[in-house]
Amino acid sequence: MTEQEVIERIDSSLAEEFELDRADMTPEANIYDDLGLDSLDTVDMVIVLEGAFDFKIREEEAVRNIRTLGDIHRFVLEKVTQNS
Amino acid sequence: MSLESVVVTGIGIVSPLGHSFEQLTLALSAGQSGVKYLPELEKIGGLRSRLAATVEGIDPQQVPRKIRRSMSNMSIYAYLASQQALAMAAYPDAQLASGRTGVVIGSTLGSTESCEKFFADYFKDYSLERMKSGLFFQIMGHSCAANVAQSLGITGRVMAPSAACATGCQAIGYAYEQIAFGRQDAILCGGADEFHPLTTATFDVMNAASTAFNQHPTESPRPFDKDRDGIICGEGSGILLLEKKSLALARGATILAEIIGFATTSDTSSIANPDAGAMLECMRLALQDANLPAEKLDYINAHATGTNQGDAAEAEAIRQLIGDRVPVSSVKGHLGHTMAASGAIETAASIGMMLRGELVATRNLRQVDQNCGGICHLQKNRSEPVRYLLKNNFAMGGINSTIIVRSRTHD
Repeated sequence: MTEQEVIERIDSSLAEEFELDRADMTPEANIYDDLGLDSLDTVDMVIVLEGAFDFKIREEEAVRNIRTLGDIHRFVLEKVTQNS
Repeated sequence: MSLESVVVTGIGIVSPLGHSFEQLTLALSAGQSGVKYLPELEKIGGLRSRLAATVEGIDPQQVPRKIRRSMSNMSIYAYLASQQALAMAAYPDAQLASGRTGVVIGSTLGSTESCEKFFADYFKDYSLERMKSGLFFQIMGHSCAANVAQSLGITGRVMAPSAACATGCQAIGYAYEQIAFGRQDAILCGGADEFHPLTTATFDVMNAASTAFNQHPTESPRPFDKDRDGIICGEGSGILLLEKKSLALARGATILAEIIGFATTSDTSSIANPDAGAMLECMRLALQDANLPAEKLDYINAHATGTNQGDAAEAEAIRQLIGDRVPVSSVKGHLGHTMAASGAIETAASIGMMLRGELVATRNLRQVDQNCGGICHLQKNRSEPVRYLLKNNFAMGGINSTIIVRSRTHD
């Protein structure tokens, strides 16, 4: 999977789950302030990403530090690279 | 009992026959049926009844995602009906968070469909790793009440009575008592339920679901009719806004009707089979609560679901109460049995009859069964004033409930 394909899968999964407007989904977008997610949503975000990429990330410390969509992209790309 | 007078100032409806109080009232007056054949029920082994009265035309997306994520369909119905009731009453937004406005809304269960989806996934590998955060809020017993309070910012009492088919009636009664006692100034009250095949199956296994009219959906259920063969399950929500009368008048609200009596009792003779004597006692207690002799009643809206035993027992109880001197009808021939919502939707329907001065006949009642005789069955709509009405709802588990309603123009 190319980097762009990974990012597309992340964005489409999150857009579907949280009914987001793709135009708002820039790497700089803060997932709380700009995309409107909250603590319950971040629980579901982890489940959605685990389902989309078939990995386990719930216990990872780095997940708790995610603030922007770009953070998610970088985190997932790193995981995908590690697992490949 | 009434320390404070309690009035109805708003009504919200999501039902198999329309999504507003006006739509429901007009559909009932026109004799429409909300019952339909559901082909998907053919796939369920052992289920003989293929009919249901489902809600159509509700787009869940009209509810904002953050509100909707903790809701199954029943909470969506309750939320939309609550919004309607508040709008009809022109209830001040500032009162919602005053602590003096409450919510009493019940359902038979939490969402069976949400449970089914969860367990279908869970049984694949017995893993909880895919469990979404919203699941619990959809399956908890007070899902509808909590979701309505949360989404509308209501900070007073929240209760979720659950007594199957008597739920909506009990919710109105408990709300009435809390306002009468001065504990709350206003309460959104009623019931909600969503259709699931398991609900129909519950009655089918007890031979209480309608199975003979699968090819003629709108001819069933048939309350009090000699050819009745059981319940048809439905869904929806009925919500009433009850207010302390003095405050409602002070803010210039339009009064729709007044709740003046309530009773609910436990019939311990059987957990499943109704008893006419227990039903009669419940009606008498409600009339006593209203300080109203049965002779003053102008209309009785029966629970009558179309079951063999239930309809006969209720007819016997009404016969003992008032003979054939008060017109009686059931709107389940139109609406099916909307379960926990039925008490509130049917109380709303009855208030609609009161406001229009038109009593709606029992749909599909062609020939009164001999076991249901001796009472004044409405087989045609009748135009006449209604000052006082009695509303029954009875439930599995031996739960009986009755409300007495007075017209806003009773004097």
